[in-house]
Amino acid sequence: MELIDNLMLGFGVAFTFQNLLYAFGGALLGTLIGVLPGLGPVATIAMLLPSIYALDATPALIMLAGIYYGAQYGGSTTAILINVPGESASVVTAIDGYAMARKGRAGPALAAAGLGSFFAGCVATLIVAAFAPPLTEVAFKFGPAEYFSLMVLGLIGAVVLASGSLVKAIAMILLGLLLGQINTDVISGVPRYSFDIPELTDGIGFVAIAMGVFGFGEIVANLARPEEQREVFTKDVKGLWPTKQDFKDAFPAVLRGTALGSVLGILPGGGALLASFAAYTLEKKSKGRPGEVPFGQGNIRGVAGPESANNAGAQTSFIPMLTLGIPPNAVMALMVGAMTIKGIQPGPQVMTSNPELFWGLIASMWVGNAMLIILNLPLIGIWIKLLTVPYRFLYPAILSFCCIGLYTLNNNNFDVYMAAAFGVVGVLFYKLGCEPAPLLLGFILGPMMEENLRRALLLSRGDWTTFMTRPLSAGLLIAAALMIVVVMMPSIKNKRKEAFQDAD
Amino acid sequence: MKIKSEKDFWSGLMFIAVGVGFAWGALNYSFGSSARPGPAYFPFGLGVLQAVLGSFLVFKALTFEVEGGDAIGPWPLKQAAIILGAVVLFGVAIPRLGLAVALPLLIGIGSLASGEFRWKEVLANCIILTVASWGIFIKGLGLTLPLWPTFITG
Repeated sequence: MELIDNLMLGFGVAFTFQNLLYAFGGALLGTLIGVLPGLGPVATIAMLLPSIYALDATPALIMLAGIYYGAQYGGSTTAILINVPGESASVVTAIDGYAMARKGRAGPALAAAGLGSFFAGCVATLIVAAFAPPLTEVAFKFGPAEYFSLMVLGLIGAVVLASGSLVKAIAMILLGLLLGQINTDVISGVPRYSFDIPELTDGIGFVAIAMGVFGFGEIVANLARPEEQREVFTKDVKGLWPTKQDFKDAFPAVLRGTALGSVLGILPGGGALLASFAAYTLEKKSKGRPGEVPFGQGNIRGVAGPESANNAGAQTSFIPMLTLGIPPNAVMALMVGAMTIKGIQPGPQVMTSNPELFWGLIASMWVGNAMLIILNLPLIGIWIKLLTVPYRFLYPAILSFCCIGLYTLNNNNFDVYMAAAFGVVGVLFYKLGCEPAPLLLGFILGPMMEENLRRALLLSRGDWTTFMTRPLSAGLLIAAALMIVVVMMPSIKNKRKEAFQDAD
Repeated sequence: MKIKSEKDFWSGLMFIAVGVGFAWGALNYSFGSSARPGPAYFPFGLGVLQAVLGSFLVFKALTFEVEGGDAIGPWPLKQAAIILGAVVLFGVAIPRLGLAVALPLLIGIGSLASGEFRWKEVLANCIILTVASWGIFIKGLGLTLPLWPTFITG
């Protein structure tokens, strides 16, 4: 069995002392930061990117992946305990999780989230291992036209499934694509939009954008918000273990959530956020045992389902990144950036050219999940203490790490200034209600998209119909168009609004 | 003409400005032909598309009623100025004064933005974070960061 061989290779890599250490470090850091309010996984990974300079590619990516799902876990902890979702994917967890905490059942809620996520993580790891190789085969058949169309689909998918205004989100993608045009043209060697600033001829560093918008912009936004009174249910977290009845209720929800999350994660733009929303809706629709607690008042299924789904989705969203080199969400965009920093061109060739990295990363997902369950359940007391740290201690630390990271990027203070400028932009976005995540996706994909577009046109001798006459490319573009049409339909539009309002 | 959604109106204008700016800038580069696209080809198209989307947003903001008018509200000017000012100052200071001076400056000034400035806390924060950063980034990760001012180290 090739799958087994591959996984063995992966586990061989993941179980070296060094890589275990980095997986552990990543998971720990991720949870820590996921628990801390006001710092999402995007800013975290951006902040920690400089620390991977000293590492090899494999441990670096293992650590970053650990941070990603660690943050996912940490986010659900705060959602349950203080009704503040650490990141968007755990928004729905807060609904029933917080209700459970208020009834003194924070323990079972946390355990359901943890164990459900672990189960989902195990299944998703297998799915990634099974589906990545065949998809890679497909990817090798892609020409530039197909790649271009796939990126269009990916970008459209990323915003259709997100909340908020569709037009604004597409405009933000375009803004990202445009910012990606500030560079030296690969084909002709002409520097574009550089205003004779030498640093700009290499393009704006994506770390500067990510830290400026997600780091500094968010700090300013958080400080501008009046401090809310948080109620932390610390004393009530005693009986951690769920009852037998809880297990019986939660298990089917975990299965449904895992299945749904794994499928949605693979879709472009899917990932964790959509998975958790869809799973919550599914749980609400499916019939539970008679006499169970209604949804919204602390139903354990409302925690277990979405939590398993978002973890499964978070992991299967690695598939498009690993096989096609196309990031389906902002975190994956950062992973692509990290790979490029380490001199690895993301794409279908990674599996054959860097098999240790590829399979090691996949195996480390399982390892990371196992560590999280070991880490989270016993250490919950420490995380709860962290919740009570006031923001005025936290943000100077975030500022410090961001600034040091920016400077050490190229040992040049230009990146620091650049990030400050993007901080202004971030505040602007915040006040104008423009969601910044699509911008980062567009920025990462911009140069790739342009190259593929121009190569496709070169091959077709300037014939734009090439995108529609090649069947695979046409299919992808039609899928993208369908997505927009479907979301624009009034009945769906209202449902979508409803679904996201539910979460508020 | 009444603006019915402030947020959409101003973000629309922002997108128009950026789109037009990029399309305009693209005129400086060779456009090429469809068969051999030049460096201006892609950004020009994107810029135009961006401006069109921006116009659509502006049109929407002027036509459709939105509950509460989507007001933008007060700008966090003070917080933004302090935080970003501190960051810029760090950028100026770090190559000249080193981490030992630049980081406490960043933390000290940045802390002014919280509205709850307590001397002892900020001082403690400065010391802990500077020592920790030295330990993590210079000792641990071996990054090349100047620690002391150049006039001391020469």
